[in-house]
Amino acid sequence: MNTGVPILRLGDILLGGLLSDLDDKTALAFTDELTTRIANEGIRGVIIDISRLEIIDSFVARVLMQLAGTGRLLGTQMVVAGMRPAVALTLTELGLQLTGVRTALNAEQAMELLGWRRPAGAPHAS
Amino acid sequence: MLPDERTVPSGEHPVRVEEDLLAARHAVRAAAVAAGFTIVDQTKIVTAASELVRNAYIHGGGGTMTVETVRDPAGRLGLRLLVRDEGPGIADVDQAMTDGFSTGAGLGHGLGGTRRLVDEFALDTAPGRGTTVTVVRWKP
Repeated sequence: MNTGVPILRLGDILLGGLLSDLDDKTALAFTDELTTRIANEGIRGVIIDISRLEIIDSFVARVLMQLAGTGRLLGTQMVVAGMRPAVALTLTELGLQLTGVRTALNAEQAMELLGWRRPAGAPHAS
Repeated sequence: MLPDERTVPSGEHPVRVEEDLLAARHAVRAAAVAAGFTIVDQTKIVTAASELVRNAYIHGGGGTMTVETVRDPAGRLGLRLLVRDEGPGIADVDQAMTDGFSTGAGLGHGLGGTRRLVDEFALDTAPGRGTTVTVVRWKP
């Protein structure tokens, strides 16, 4: 199913970016597509860029935690990258710590967490 | 003496179909921006709205959300959300306010987290009478 959420493949890593207006149906369809591709394409790591996501409520938090859990069962590491500071503050107050979900400040740091190394001398992503 | 509480633009939004959840969030975001809320305050009130309208949609079988800009007697600006449903109501309010409690498709989170995102929180519910939640977040 095409969710309209772009998912890029970089070697054995998938990089998906959630858009600002995430509705429930799209979130669930994204989970399905990602899970299928992890299994079919022998994916080692998944990065979900959420830098454009303006809010995370308990539903989206649950989707991310379940995705991380499913990925782990399939032998894949999932990293959620780029959470906005306002979203982090709100989630903390809501009492949701995204238990079991690895996080990174941005997609580049997530790539490094998954073992990717920038070639020596290459500039950082801006 | 009458309180100087003045209601500026208001609007009632349906919470009937899933698309209404997104529309309700947009309405609250627009009202928070118009009221001059910071990004953090916008995010908190929009997240609270998302939790409340989803509750009304899932547990209450749908309802309405009303957004109002309000002022307290000191002139402080705030945003008030009133989310009402005609669902089965909540039998055990204490339990519903506890983190980790849910009977629906949520995270098992309950209303306790939402309460922490706002300054004022009022719950009016009884079995068979539906549920109305009113919250206010004041601009610092």
